[in-house]
Amino acid sequence: MPNIYGNVFNIQRYSVKDGPGIRTTVFLKGCPLRCWWCHNPESQAKGTELAINPAVCVSCGKCWSACPHNSPLAECPGPLNDREHCTVCGECVEVCPTGGRNLLGDRQSVAEVMAEVAKDRLFFEESGGGVTVSGGEPLMQTDFVHALLLACREQAIPTAVDTCGYCDQQALISIAPVTDLFLYDLKAMDDAVHREHTGVSNVRILDNLVALGRVHTNVWIRIPVVTGVNDSTAELEAMAQFVSTIHGIQRVDLLSYHPLGSHKHERIGKSSSSHTATAPTNETMQHAAELFQSFGINEVYVT
Amino acid sequence: MNERTTRLRQSSLDVSPAISAERARLITEFYREQDGKHSVPVMRAKSFLNLCQQKTIYLGPDELIVGERGPRPKAVSTYPELTCHSLDDLRTLNSRPKTQYSVDQECLDTYEHEVIPYWRERTMRDKIFAALSPEWCDAYEAGLYTEFMEQRAPGHTVLDDKIYRKGMRDFQRDIAQALEALDATSDGNFYQKREQLRAMDITCDAVIRFAERHAELADELARGEADAQRRAELAKIADVCRHVPAHPPRDFHEALQAYWFCHLAVITELNGWDAFSPGHLDQHLWPFYQQGLADGSLTRDTARELLEAFFVKFNNHTAPPKVGVTAAESGTYTDFANINLAGLLPDGSDGSNDLTHLLLEVIDEMHLLQPSNNVQLSRKTPDAVLKHALRVLRKGYGFPSIFNADAVVEEQVRQGKSLEDARAGGCSGCVETGAFGKEAYILTGYFNLVKVLELTLHNGVDPRSGKQLGPQTGSVDTLGSFDELFDAFCRQLEHFLEIKIRGNQIIEQMYAQLMPAPFLSVITDDCIKKGKDYNAGGARYNHTFIQFVGIGSLTDSLAAIQQLVFDKQQLSLEELCGVLDTDFAGHEPLRQQLLHRTPKYGNDDDYADTLMRRAFQAVFDRVDGRPNTKGGRYQIEMLPTTCHVYFGSVVGATADGRQAGLPLSEGISPVQGADRHGPTAVVRSAAKMDHIKTGGTLLNMKFTPSLLQDETGINAVASLVRGYFKMDGHHVQLNVVQAETLRRAQANPAAHRDLIVRVAGYSDYFCDLSEELQEEIIARTEHMGF
Repeated sequence: MPNIYGNVFNIQRYSVKDGPGIRTTVFLKGCPLRCWWCHNPESQAKGTELAINPAVCVSCGKCWSACPHNSPLAECPGPLNDREHCTVCGECVEVCPTGGRNLLGDRQSVAEVMAEVAKDRLFFEESGGGVTVSGGEPLMQTDFVHALLLACREQAIPTAVDTCGYCDQQALISIAPVTDLFLYDLKAMDDAVHREHTGVSNVRILDNLVALGRVHTNVWIRIPVVTGVNDSTAELEAMAQFVSTIHGIQRVDLLSYHPLGSHKHERIGKSSSSHTATAPTNETMQHAAELFQSFGINEVYVT
Repeated sequence: MNERTTRLRQSSLDVSPAISAERARLITEFYREQDGKHSVPVMRAKSFLNLCQQKTIYLGPDELIVGERGPRPKAVSTYPELTCHSLDDLRTLNSRPKTQYSVDQECLDTYEHEVIPYWRERTMRDKIFAALSPEWCDAYEAGLYTEFMEQRAPGHTVLDDKIYRKGMRDFQRDIAQALEALDATSDGNFYQKREQLRAMDITCDAVIRFAERHAELADELARGEADAQRRAELAKIADVCRHVPAHPPRDFHEALQAYWFCHLAVITELNGWDAFSPGHLDQHLWPFYQQGLADGSLTRDTARELLEAFFVKFNNHTAPPKVGVTAAESGTYTDFANINLAGLLPDGSDGSNDLTHLLLEVIDEMHLLQPSNNVQLSRKTPDAVLKHALRVLRKGYGFPSIFNADAVVEEQVRQGKSLEDARAGGCSGCVETGAFGKEAYILTGYFNLVKVLELTLHNGVDPRSGKQLGPQTGSVDTLGSFDELFDAFCRQLEHFLEIKIRGNQIIEQMYAQLMPAPFLSVITDDCIKKGKDYNAGGARYNHTFIQFVGIGSLTDSLAAIQQLVFDKQQLSLEELCGVLDTDFAGHEPLRQQLLHRTPKYGNDDDYADTLMRRAFQAVFDRVDGRPNTKGGRYQIEMLPTTCHVYFGSVVGATADGRQAGLPLSEGISPVQGADRHGPTAVVRSAAKMDHIKTGGTLLNMKFTPSLLQDETGINAVASLVRGYFKMDGHHVQLNVVQAETLRRAQANPAAHRDLIVRVAGYSDYFCDLSEELQEEIIARTEHMGF
């Protein structure tokens, strides 16, 4: 196995929503998009980050003592949270007794990741599952992802890649031969809307999907349906129309947006987005599903 | 569910349990008059005959399957010959907030003037405690183990298919032949065998008479019945009760009624553990079902109605109330009768059929506390059965539990049973494995593994009492390596196992000699052939079990000690024990570290799981295969019922960060909340134990409804179960419930009375559980959908 390292943010076993069967999802750090509804804001930044959960702190003062940039305190006022001087060295994480301090992003080799995902092979085989590489955006670490997918293939573990599509087209096409399934995310067809809510243009995403559809036969489209962003009939129809023209698309999943609390942002020292929205109604989701079906797409799932 | 079933079910739910002194009074009167006139087995048989002749016969409106142990539904009999409740016990039962049994003045008077004066110092419980050593009593009081036979008789027994082929008259012919074959001149046990066989013969007459009395009452009720349809039903009931169990059943209705009379006879004769169970009900009823459908006497709907009437009967039979420690370890109304579904046929083929599905529908519709039920899932069982079971389970009633039928067979073959007998066997009670209709597989008590570690860390002294209970295996400052510590643990373990097993041997012989069960012997192979009682080794197979509790807590404590004390040398063993002795006072950061930063069983982490295997092997090596007094051998099981709560209450703070007095881990489940890597990691950890070497293990997992809400979720859980079973996992119970639902039920029990949760190897009403047990169930990891 090549000695390639990736920045792994989490490895989640018994994932049942990231492709067929029981899966282990490998989350990689870093994403070019900044969707305000993102449920994994910790995955956006490329580098390793320090997360602090103040709720579990017992004020033992160990983080203050361990920090090279701070001094031990006579009386601990609670968790050290000095983002200005923090170099993410991890000393405070090592000594925290509660597990309330974590480094998000861990340099792991392909071999290390394979050792973890191989644990559930029996369940992959039993359920028709496998490994899903997700993020963040996996294709920000193409070499690592390619090597990981290849290693899975060598061990006959089925693979899926969950991508936002905003990546180098050659990179995307280069992993297609070693990927069994693509989970391809779409947010909006209207480029102004796309820019406003994700921070980037959708032109590359749509081009890449067309290109992928030419070389791969097993692509699932995943659309987060977000109130006020892409839940209008016009927007949904435009997406359905576009999707219906691409070969290789086997199914469409419409994922209902759910408001997320601000705690995940706070733990990594970021302010949460000022945006928020209510969850789409069941009727909206049903209507969206019917729109896709009306374009001849039979496999449409709402979750 | 039709209207009649709705009424029957509701009436069973509406009645509250009450103590009936009828059985105690009849037994007392009979013993006062007859004791000393007969051999022990004949005395037992005659007292049973007297009960069958004298007890009140009940036949309620709407009933199709008839017969109650007490004078009416949920009127619970007592067994003063085994344990005699004091007036204080009875008053406590009447007034305690959980699992209350009402006790009226008449009952108190009967006890005060008749029952207690006669049985004082004559009960099995009195005799057992008098016969055991002071060491046994000290360890018992310290909470190292419990003793099953101190107030209930040996049980955990399940019927096979014999009563569907043979009636009591046939058994009496077998008994007569066995008597005929006895030879007084050459058989040193001639007298014992003759008395035993005579006793068995009497009990057959008793149960036939018991059934006939139902026929007579049905006739009488029919004469006064205005409704023509009910009159016809009563006539049918009378006809059924005149035919079974004297003769083999002729149809589906009679098959159910024949079982029910046997069930009542077993639980009236003695109060054996786990009542009695019909075993592979779908397999046993299948020929009658097919025949009924073929000749037009039965439809799927009438079969359903009869099965539902049958289920109500189980629910009417609340467990006999316990006293003292046993009440604390198992405070429940359920009596643990357990129906097996699917599984294998004796020839090794798939045993599931359409009745498997019909019974799952019945379980779903009825969702009663009793009977418990389980699916025996073999490699050969269609996924349709598993998925049907999961669709019932996702409603959150805690039924059915799921067993690995192939492992159940393999476990039994390892124990020396024939392949056919093993396949015809299955599971009863919580997770116990046995050869149905052919085995006495006796559970003798729970064993507190974590208490043994506590004693090891105190050089054999119980820190609660200051008593030197165990051997001096070295003070903590002298235990210089983890291996030395583990060795000391093994020596303590051995010491208390010796005490427990020596006690067991005495109790086993006392039951064999003083408290035979001749009726149970009639329907258990090969008691008639051997002329030997069920309690004396008459069964074809005789296994004795000790059930070990707290393997998760033990493993996590050992892992924490190995890592912090010996690997990292963060603190000495002496220092750690000092902190534990103060229950972490002033050491909250250390407790947090122990809770969150040390290896935990249940996460597929070999550091912890290797220690689990080592502890398991230490237990196995010291118990498995040791001879009992009935020609059988000892086996281990890993199940707690609710004993992990009691055992936790006698153990101080532990090195896994658990505070003093809190519950231990249950079964082979991880410590509550310690599993952080999802269900596949849990079952991978659990499967590192060699389940085939046990007689049963219990794994509880809690799922939120969202994980099973759609077919994707059902399929994933089905694969999880199949995967666990491929790795030889014995059993898994899936609790589908949300923590917030449980919190709501705690706050407003009145609105959540029907909330059934899986506790250990059984389900119970959440609101009937003690507060600490409620808390513990909430704390068990909720496996969220990712």
